[in-house]
Amino acid sequence: MTLLSDAPRTSTALRILPPGMYSARSHVVLERAFRVYRRSWLVVFSGFFEPLFYLFALGTGLHQLVGKVVGPGGHVITYTQFIAPALLAASAMNGAILDATNNVFFKLKYAKLYDAMLATSLGPLDVAIGEISWALIRGGLYSVGFLVVMAAMGLTVSWWAVLLLPAALLIALGFAAVGMAVTSYLKTIQGLEIVQLAVLPLFLFSGTFYSLSVYPAWLRVVVECLPLQHGIELMRALNSGALDWSLVGHAAYFVGMAAVGLVVTARRLDRLLLR
Amino acid sequence: MAQGLTKSFGTFTAVDGIDFAVERGEAFGFLGPNGAGKSSTMRMIGCVAPITAGTLRILGMNPVTDGPRIRARLGVVPQQDTLDIEMTVRENLYIYGRYFGMPRAELKAKVDALLEFAQLTDRAKSTVDPLSGGMKRRLTIARSLINDPEILLLDEPTTGLDPQARHVLWDRLYRLKQDGVTLVLTTHYMDEAEQLCDRLVVMDGGRFVAEGSPRSLIADHSTREVAELRFAPGANADAAVALAAAISGDRERVEALPDRVLLYVSDGEAALRRAHHLGLSPVSSLVRRSTLEDVFLRLTGRSLID
Ligand SMILES: Nc1ncnc2c1ncn2[C@@H]1O[C@H](COP(=O)(O)OP(=O)(O)OP(=O)(O)O)[C@@H](O)[C@H]1O
Ligand SMILES: [Mg+2]
Repeated sequence: MTLLSDAPRTSTALRILPPGMYSARSHVVLERAFRVYRRSWLVVFSGFFEPLFYLFALGTGLHQLVGKVVGPGGHVITYTQFIAPALLAASAMNGAILDATNNVFFKLKYAKLYDAMLATSLGPLDVAIGEISWALIRGGLYSVGFLVVMAAMGLTVSWWAVLLLPAALLIALGFAAVGMAVTSYLKTIQGLEIVQLAVLPLFLFSGTFYSLSVYPAWLRVVVECLPLQHGIELMRALNSGALDWSLVGHAAYFVGMAAVGLVVTARRLDRLLLR
Repeated sequence: MAQGLTKSFGTFTAVDGIDFAVERGEAFGFLGPNGAGKSSTMRMIGCVAPITAGTLRILGMNPVTDGPRIRARLGVVPQQDTLDIEMTVRENLYIYGRYFGMPRAELKAKVDALLEFAQLTDRAKSTVDPLSGGMKRRLTIARSLINDPEILLLDEPTTGLDPQARHVLWDRLYRLKQDGVTLVLTTHYMDEAEQLCDRLVVMDGGRFVAEGSPRSLIADHSTREVAELRFAPGANADAAVALAAAISGDRERVEALPDRVLLYVSDGEAALRRAHHLGLSPVSSLVRRSTLEDVFLRLTGRSLID
């Protein structure tokens, strides 16, 4: 055996991303997604209806029972106005997670799509950015649709509600990145079901339908660590125009999710496929 | 290009310290039985598998640090097709070009020409799934040419192709070579290796067991002629023992295959006559020149029997 050796050493493991991972061409990964889904745009829209159904069912049903509630900043708002921004956050999450888990898993394990991509001059980071962007756009599309319905039904409370869209995109980005990172660790299709199982309580217990003050203190702390709760707080405050510094913290939570998810995804693709 | 190149999966060593260099414009072939480590080597050259030890330089660059830049100049036909099943035949070529950063306008004419080459023009709008195995293979090969590669890596390119498509591909590869493209290929078809390759290595168990041009490999590892004798089923092994008397010289030898006996000799007709003198009467017999297949069987026969 020769003495000189290129085999990766521990020094590369110390860097966040090894060299040769990126060639600034993630937009073509996105171009592919657009081409594929242009043909099946109906499928893309399926996830849009779910939060709408919740809005109509709970908004009309519970609205009668609950009546007015006190929203952020002490505004008195209707119950429907209370849950609508929360459902918007949930729809951004659902859209992003749906794509970043099910679809990515299929492309990774069965379609061998990323194997083909990584045989070209694309790097794992290009693939990760492109696919996460697509999941983000998909989550964003759901949000736009939901937002239009919200505005039409008079559920927006203040003009700050225009910021709901960028906030929804940020939430979608965070969930897309973490969703894809989680998917890269899944070995079987059963894993996907566990992800779905984790998403449902997140949706139900993150204060979507009631204020967290109903929880005992310890449970509140637990829920406050979870991502969707931050999205809901952010959305609710923006909708009511009750701005304060805590919103920066909520937003930062999603920026952090996006960054960690992206790096982990790129590294995992590198590890899984380039071996 | 490679020194002491090694690839391990856990404790198993698939490629065990091989050294080789491929010149620009050369056609270089890897032969070897299943599991010899050919695909593992190809994947390392294709910068889709990190090397475990040794050095590898492709186009003067290091795959560890320059993966995307090297891959930009490679065309790869993997052993398993990795076509995009969510896209049409045409889109498969188009998007692959886009992955390489080629502009849309330039791609149109290119895609048309490659569809023609793959004889898939009339299936251009079909998705990939309903294509036959050979059609998929042709599409994979066409796809590998989209970026005008300087080095073409072909892992068993013609497996599954009909004879006509095989000849179309050989013709194309031959012309690419004339244009200075380096070809690195693996194959289980000895005629293909003989036709296409300037230089061959025979791999077995992750190491090289022979190296040279097709001609020199035959000259070095086989005799000029081969007499093939076919006996009644079950009688081949006994006949092989008896035939040991029909050969002479240090390079001549007898090889017993399950269905026939091969006599590696310099003069096949003379050997047949000697066999008849020994009182052996084969069901059928023929004399032919040695081929790469004989070399292959000789060098890797042990692992075929294992
Ligand atoms: N990802 C992997 N993990 C573990 N072992 C592997 C992996 N890929 C290949 N191997 C092992 O490495 C050895 C060489 O495999 P390789 O695919 O390089 O053979 P090959 O020469 O291409 O064979 P074939 O003619 O069948 O294509 C085999 O024993 C195989 O089981
Ligand atoms: Mg192989």
